[in-house]
Amino acid sequence: MTSAQTPTHPLVTASGLSKRFAAPRRLSDLFNGQRPHIYAVDGIDLCIGKGESVGLLGESGCGKTTTGRLLLKLTEPSAGSIAFDGVAIDTLKGNDLTAFRKRAQLVFQNPFDALNPRFTIERVLAEPLVNTGVERASHRDKVEKALAQVRLPPLSRFEGLFPHQLSGGQLQRIVLARALVLEPDFIVADEPVSMLDVSVRAGVLNVMREVRATLGLAALYISHDLALVRYVCSTTLVMYLGKIVEQGPTADLLKMPLHPYTRALVNAVPVPRVDQSHEALPIIGNVSDARGQPRGCRFRDRCPMAVARCAEEEPPLRDLGQGRQVACHLA
Amino acid sequence: MADQQPVLEIRDLSVEYRTARGVVRAVDGISFSVPKGAILGLVGESGCGKTTVARSITGVLHQSARIAGGELLLHGRDLVSGPPKAWLDARWREISFVPQSAMNSLDPVYRIGSQIEEVLVHRGGKTRAEARARASALFEMVGLNPGRLDEYPHQFSGGMRQRVAIALALALNPSLVIADEPVTALDVIVQRQILDVIRDLQQRLSLSMILVTHDISVVAYLCDQVVVMYAGRVVESGSTREVLEQPRHPYTMGLTNAFPDLESAAHELVPIDGSPPDLSQPLVGCRFQPRCPFSLPVCSSDDPRTEVAETGARFACHRHAESDLLRRHSRDIATWQRPQ
Amino acid sequence: MAAGRAGAAPGLTGKLARLLRDPFTVAGLTIYAVLIIVAVFADQLMTHDPGEILFRANGRVASNQPPSAAYLLGTTNLGRDVYSQLIGGSRIALVVGFTAAICVAAFGTLIGLLAGYFGGKLDAILMRLADLALAIPFLPFAIVLAGFSRSSTTNVIVAVVLLLWPNTARVIRAQVLTVKERAYVEAARVTGASDARILFVHVAPNILPLTFLYGSVAIGWAILTEAAVSFVGFGDAKNISWGYMLQDAFVSQALSRGSWHWFVPPGLCIILVVIAGFFIARGAEDVLFPKLRS
Repeated sequence: MTSAQTPTHPLVTASGLSKRFAAPRRLSDLFNGQRPHIYAVDGIDLCIGKGESVGLLGESGCGKTTTGRLLLKLTEPSAGSIAFDGVAIDTLKGNDLTAFRKRAQLVFQNPFDALNPRFTIERVLAEPLVNTGVERASHRDKVEKALAQVRLPPLSRFEGLFPHQLSGGQLQRIVLARALVLEPDFIVADEPVSMLDVSVRAGVLNVMREVRATLGLAALYISHDLALVRYVCSTTLVMYLGKIVEQGPTADLLKMPLHPYTRALVNAVPVPRVDQSHEALPIIGNVSDARGQPRGCRFRDRCPMAVARCAEEEPPLRDLGQGRQVACHLA
Repeated sequence: MADQQPVLEIRDLSVEYRTARGVVRAVDGISFSVPKGAILGLVGESGCGKTTVARSITGVLHQSARIAGGELLLHGRDLVSGPPKAWLDARWREISFVPQSAMNSLDPVYRIGSQIEEVLVHRGGKTRAEARARASALFEMVGLNPGRLDEYPHQFSGGMRQRVAIALALALNPSLVIADEPVTALDVIVQRQILDVIRDLQQRLSLSMILVTHDISVVAYLCDQVVVMYAGRVVESGSTREVLEQPRHPYTMGLTNAFPDLESAAHELVPIDGSPPDLSQPLVGCRFQPRCPFSLPVCSSDDPRTEVAETGARFACHRHAESDLLRRHSRDIATWQRPQ
Repeated sequence: MAAGRAGAAPGLTGKLARLLRDPFTVAGLTIYAVLIIVAVFADQLMTHDPGEILFRANGRVASNQPPSAAYLLGTTNLGRDVYSQLIGGSRIALVVGFTAAICVAAFGTLIGLLAGYFGGKLDAILMRLADLALAIPFLPFAIVLAGFSRSSTTNVIVAVVLLLWPNTARVIRAQVLTVKERAYVEAARVTGASDARILFVHVAPNILPLTFLYGSVAIGWAILTEAAVSFVGFGDAKNISWGYMLQDAFVSQALSRGSWHWFVPPGLCIILVVIAGFFIARGAEDVLFPKLRS
């Protein structure tokens, strides 16, 4: 065990994971004959232990959703490798792929879009079982079990109902139940409550937390919402422009952020209390373009503390003890 | 300030939609007023009617909607019963609007500067030169570089476009700005920057503003006053401090509990079970009653009256006298859990 | 916003009901219904054999007769009954129209599904083929095809299918590209569904209305093509279609002789049936893409 970040029983390990997309070419690129790329994910390492809940925090466009899709083999990495329970997933095919699908599931952001509008609720929930060739006789039991786990009434109450007839909160529980029906070991939840109304958010989050704890599921919560991550994750990774800039135990990381970007994020969040700090954010400018792989630290042009070294040398993710790692020369 | 006439006073406003399932009364007899130089937060869940209220004030309701009753008093003059032209004239000049996504209000094929000047020339009666100078001033006001006036909307990031939308809304010095979820589509850091722009402008120009949002944190950060809506009605209103720190309506209590708080995240989040009522059906009694853990028999038979506290806070709950007790109970998750 | 989602009617029946409220759609469907009924009961409706040369009581050929009780729409210059030819022609129109439409819709949909879903090289090849087919001038191709091979109704259908599938395929492909991005399609993949299952169970049903739309337009096109090919003389001589009737009337100088009763009815029939397709398409467009209008 090299650091506190490496769990005793790793379930998902990624190393040097990169994903690049072709960027729209500018006129100047045509003359230079260049084919620019956007590095959505740029050489990240991560490890999620069995039963662990990890938060992946970042703003839109930082590569957090792509990371989640890579871990589920919904898209192929441009470089790097991912192992699930010790087996590399990049070459999985046929039955092995199906076996992997049964163990790694996704909870979607938008429950109104995640369920086929032409399927009844019953069919939606049985679909994963049909897809993975689970014997038909056991379908009903498994679906009922998943519904009970997400605290929804039994299947008889959804008889003949279509997704558009349910409320957002119910739909998101159905989405979660569909993921659970295959009895997975790992789920990726991509902004699982951002589309829901505040009054029902808490209910869905509580169910997710409870299910994860009782079933011993490992989970990666992808979110821009610090409060959500604080509520459900023991460990948190912070991503900025395709890189992990900081990681550590969630409570410590949010209480005492080490990376200037994390500090800005934490300060930016308004809290639902009247007396709160209105001091200026320790950040300047906007997110820059992710084209190419620039030298040095990617945050330096927005960083109020940047020094000459930041432009020269890319800061590696350094271990600072107590499970905390940060990619900043100055931390 | 209390004796001053409010910029806008809404009295008993109702708005109806014609739908396939009959008439839906999306806003049902609401009243509140926006004091001069204050930001008023209008909060509620989706479907509670807050956007409909905002649109009613600007006078741009959906085709299927109509104002079914009530008054909208702008500086004491009613817009609803007045001539339609007066209302039309008031738009931009008196009442301006900041949309949720600025992309919808900016035309992609025109330079941003010329779009701002367009408003200034055609609605504000300024000359081209004056308009140009004003556009530069507006850009500086919202923290944008006037050198970028000649760029196109696609060259601006989401946060910058939202700043442009704010600049557009301020172009003709309106007496009231209505912002509909102005930061919902933005990232955390940009969101905070835009909130700070709004805050800064409000203090410098002593703007009057209605901020429509679902986010209590935004209200806490920015607003002086808050109006909480539920199912087409106002359930509670008052100063932000009073409403958030001492909610008297169980729905507001539920909302403040359901919100995750970064600094005290250790406490359990408490959801409100169930969902809002179907407004196309006739409703009797308190609309929150089916989801309320404190409901009494009277709640399902009688509409609660709106009570006014000495502080000016208003609330519509049959059990308002016991609000201290209810508030204590509301913090316990067991209160809100009910058997499936 | 205020409208809840409690409405019980699932999408399709609701859409159908709205479709039937559109007067244009109803008119189009009525024309098709009349066509089908006439074609099915053609044997009962015909008063004469359309190919038979009729004689008058005096033994002379009953040529160029005006409409009368015996010959409802008069006769041709060779003494054939125009009304019976018109009724008989509906059968050919029906066979050509519907066969071609079904083939166009099926072929175009399949290509569109494959190209849109799999993308990449397959998409590039199929779409370049579509461009190629679209670049060929429609009528000349149909005529050349009919001229080089034996002139038969089958050839007309083949020509229509070969040239009309790209329109359907392109639209279906575009729609697949949108549906493919929906979260429920990704959900199917992550829960282990095969490509075939995703394509035919999750994607295809959501684009089926478009298939019907393009099928209904293809009916009109096919009938029009058959008429055009017959009119220029490359039709199947064994089948007296509306186009053949027009050609017959044209070469016999019916126009200069003022025999309106001969060439107006088949012309009108062609126009009506073609228009019917567009009426249905127009109504369906309103229902399928309500945002395009209004």
